[in-house]
Amino acid sequence: MLNLNIDGKDVSVAKGTTVLEAAQKLGIDVPTLCHDARLKPFGACRLCIVEIAGMPKPVTSCTTPATEGMVVKTNSERLYRLRKTTVELLLSDHPNDCMVCSSSGDCTLQELAYLYGIRENRFVGEVRDHSRIDHNPFIIRDQNKCVMCGLCVRVCDEVQGVGAIGYSERGFEAKVITPFGHDLDCEFCGQCVSVCPTGALTGSLWSGKPRSEGVVKTDTTCTYCGCGCNITLRTHGDKVIRVESASDNHNRGWLCVKGRFGYEFINSNERLTTPLIRKEKGAPFEKATWEEALDYVAGKFTSLQQQHGSDSVAGLCSARCTNEENYLFQKLFRAGLGTNNVDHCARY
Amino acid sequence: MDTQTTATLEAIYDKCAANEDNIITVLQEIQKEFGYIQEEVVHWFSERSNIPASKYYGVVTFYSQFHQHPRGKNIVTVCCGTVCHVKGAPRIIAKVREDLKLGEDQVTTKDMQFTLERVNCVGACSIAPVVLVNEKVLGKVTPSKMVKSLKEHKG
Amino acid sequence: MNSEIVVSVCMGTGGIAAGGDMVMKAFQEEFAEAGVANATVVEHSRLHKVGCRGFCARDVLVDISVNGIVSTYQYIQPDMVKRLVSDHCIGARPVSEWLVGDDYHTFHDNQTKIVLGDLGKIDPESIDEYIRVDGYKAAEKVLTTMTPAEVIETVKKSGLRGRGGGGFPTGVKWGFCAANDSDQYYIICNADEGDPGAFMDRSVVEGNPHAMIEGMIIGAYAIGATVGYVYIRAEYPLAVDRLHLALKEAKEKGFLGEKLFGTDFNLKIKVKLGAGAFVCGEETALIASIEGERGMPRAKPPFPANKGLWGKPTIINNVETFANLPHILNKGADWYAAIGSAKSKGTKVIALTGKIRNTGLIEIPMGMPLKEIIFNIGGGIEGDKLFKAVQTGGPSGGCIPQQHIDLPVDYEGLASVGSMMGSGGMVVLDETDCMVNISKFFLEFTQSESCGKCVPCRLGTKRLLEILTRITEGEGKEGDIELLQELAEDVRDSSLCGLGMSAPNPVLSTIKYFRHEYEAHIKQKKCPAKVCNKLLTFFIRQDMCVGCGMCMRACSVNAISGEKKQPHKIDNSLCIQCGSCFDACKFSAVLKE
Repeated sequence: MLNLNIDGKDVSVAKGTTVLEAAQKLGIDVPTLCHDARLKPFGACRLCIVEIAGMPKPVTSCTTPATEGMVVKTNSERLYRLRKTTVELLLSDHPNDCMVCSSSGDCTLQELAYLYGIRENRFVGEVRDHSRIDHNPFIIRDQNKCVMCGLCVRVCDEVQGVGAIGYSERGFEAKVITPFGHDLDCEFCGQCVSVCPTGALTGSLWSGKPRSEGVVKTDTTCTYCGCGCNITLRTHGDKVIRVESASDNHNRGWLCVKGRFGYEFINSNERLTTPLIRKEKGAPFEKATWEEALDYVAGKFTSLQQQHGSDSVAGLCSARCTNEENYLFQKLFRAGLGTNNVDHCARY
Repeated sequence: MDTQTTATLEAIYDKCAANEDNIITVLQEIQKEFGYIQEEVVHWFSERSNIPASKYYGVVTFYSQFHQHPRGKNIVTVCCGTVCHVKGAPRIIAKVREDLKLGEDQVTTKDMQFTLERVNCVGACSIAPVVLVNEKVLGKVTPSKMVKSLKEHKG
Repeated sequence: MNSEIVVSVCMGTGGIAAGGDMVMKAFQEEFAEAGVANATVVEHSRLHKVGCRGFCARDVLVDISVNGIVSTYQYIQPDMVKRLVSDHCIGARPVSEWLVGDDYHTFHDNQTKIVLGDLGKIDPESIDEYIRVDGYKAAEKVLTTMTPAEVIETVKKSGLRGRGGGGFPTGVKWGFCAANDSDQYYIICNADEGDPGAFMDRSVVEGNPHAMIEGMIIGAYAIGATVGYVYIRAEYPLAVDRLHLALKEAKEKGFLGEKLFGTDFNLKIKVKLGAGAFVCGEETALIASIEGERGMPRAKPPFPANKGLWGKPTIINNVETFANLPHILNKGADWYAAIGSAKSKGTKVIALTGKIRNTGLIEIPMGMPLKEIIFNIGGGIEGDKLFKAVQTGGPSGGCIPQQHIDLPVDYEGLASVGSMMGSGGMVVLDETDCMVNISKFFLEFTQSESCGKCVPCRLGTKRLLEILTRITEGEGKEGDIELLQELAEDVRDSSLCGLGMSAPNPVLSTIKYFRHEYEAHIKQKKCPAKVCNKLLTFFIRQDMCVGCGMCMRACSVNAISGEKKQPHKIDNSLCIQCGSCFDACKFSAVLKE
């Protein structure tokens, strides 16, 4: 273990811990924009700078490994001034249209601007104009709001292993882009949207939908496959308007295209809301209650078993059920009906 | 892509793979062969090497050596180092633009005879201002000397 | 017959630009022609390709040695060769009016040459010539008689500090690297000299590439690296060619490859061509570039000495640092530590350029006063102008004014006045240079070379440049100087890498010493040096104008009128102050106020 002192408090951390992680362990809030504990440190936003005794200049806490005896200061007049200038510079190249931005209320940059009280900007100048409509079905890319934190590029590369987007150009002209600037053509997992700290990457499905007023958040489990990713549904009235996932759950906040964007079926009027029974071949489906349906199925199973033996029945379950549901299903067949004829579409 | 281009690319791929060369060297080889970096060539290489095209594109746009468009027959490179600057490089550039009738943001003449480029410093500060016309280094250049040199290459 | 004639033609980039290749060809032809009459001359004449001797402003420089007596000629052109051959080589009568003057000797005599010592004397394309001047002796001694720890200790004791800009003690850095426990170590030579106004690395690689290679062998042995890289600018084609040749020759001699000098030590050196990004001179960006990535710097710590190329301990030194090493190992740490000032040991190669009489590459002992460099070696200001400032350290450095002319040139001295050594560029500025414009020039450079990764550099340099631009265009506002200072300090203190940290130096140092020039631009809307066109009024002196019409044709907004052979006039309400008329006039009739 390494012992260091941050803002007058002692802390012991394991070797390999960064100064930022050590500060967070003490509950000290250090502002960051380009940091995500799930990705490799980048050190680009310069907001998490701290002063370390013996070092001539502030260093980024997200990239600096903690060492024995280190004395760290996360707050000082100088650090405040430097951080404020950085936020001000970012805002000097930003549309500042929070009123109509779908990320308002969910935006780190907006929060920083508020915390540092930046009303006037000393650095008025050229503003990038990368505005270009990307014709893809899921992700709205508004480059003008990009702060070049690199989170989207890193998640696409490090987590998803796709590399659909990268950096191009340099200096003021640097931007995040697809190769040769074409429309985004990837698997649309939307991880990039989930890590974007501003409104540069947002989901088309929730564009123009309520942001916070009347929005209810409900934690649940994704029903698409046996992974059972934890998700949070944002609903407004009786409509699901957005799916997200917190980074501290077992799937670390990562979702696939179906889990993140494939929720519109919930609001579909073709969706089944009661069981349907077709009692005879060729007859139409009739609405039924759950009691009726379950009794009907149980009766059929029992009679088939009695007439033809246990192995005359078989069960096929779905990957869209949770692991627990699939477990119970096979239990029903093996222990209840006495057959091993049970399978599952995601068995492989 | 025709078979000859593919064969050339295969040859570059094999050579670079044998030397364990990185993307930058690969792109330098491609540019040496084709004069500039074409999109379809990047996509070909991306699939062949199993490296995302975004990595190639990022490198192409980062380093000033790489060109995404065909360049003129003659390359006029004006040195814009400190000494060349104080000794009149901006005037040389203005003269070249005027003489070659290059519009704002235009670097290559319509007839593809000349491309105007800048370089940070060629390290020949003692004979500033310096201009490279193709591989030839011209020292102590004046606007009129520049025009004369361009004329020689106008054919 | 013992008459030996040796003709040496300067064939560095400067020499070739001035026509060195044509001069050589002319000599070959003249000797061939003269050979018909006197065959012995041809047989004994040896054409000698030597590297840069530093005084490029006088190119083409030619040494003619007859029976060991050497005469140096300056400004030689092909049409002058005939006479040199007939009068000097054959007739033994040197052509006195073409010989170099006293200033050529003052230029050289005031220098202390270690790194540049053999430049211009040996053929860089022949390893045997390098060996003849004790080349590879130090490497052999190190590999066969010393332990790596002894080598590091010697370098530490010599006081050698990195010549690439930072000035970090070389031996200490090597010690950090060697202290890591790793299965692989790398050594890299940074020859990506990107500072505008610096060309020392190019000259060394062109003129004596083996010295650098020998230095790399010594360094590799000290840290235990078996693989080395030379990262060199593609814009230096001659240097690249000579480097490749030198590596090939060294390998053939068994100085590179396997079992060097008969020991068990192996070293392979690869060449990587830089693709045109100034920021790749920064260690971590250079590493990213060798790995094939965009040259975006990585945060330090961890330092490359602990975690560098492909995550392995890596040493990066520049060309000049490596070129010093054979001398240190040959002559000893004490010899080296005796040269220079208290904390900066040895010599420094400087590219002395700008508005100065003797421009070129020089080597001085650390601590030499600025004044001596500019007025003794440099011969003072060009023309009858007044000295204004000297810019050192390239885009990362600052401008030093007249009041600090006695400043000792070493790491501490330059830093004490807000500048830095950098790689050793020194650009002398005179009264016709506008300091706001200079500051803007450097910001244009750093802004366009910023990699765009970190916020303070990407946006900070952009905003600094915008403020400077508006000042030079007459749009400066009250408070702009303070705003520039504040932003410059913040960019300096919070940027990720050396580029961003030092980019504000030109702004801060010019404000510190030339605040009045900024004020003149902002308050009086005047450019005292008459450089910023937007702040000038152009007019034509009626008594000087001959009515040739050149200015009228040059004017893109038709602001000039006048009859043929009659004095012309500028309509200032139409004039956009582009300065074309000023450049076009051959009679100095266009004036600016």
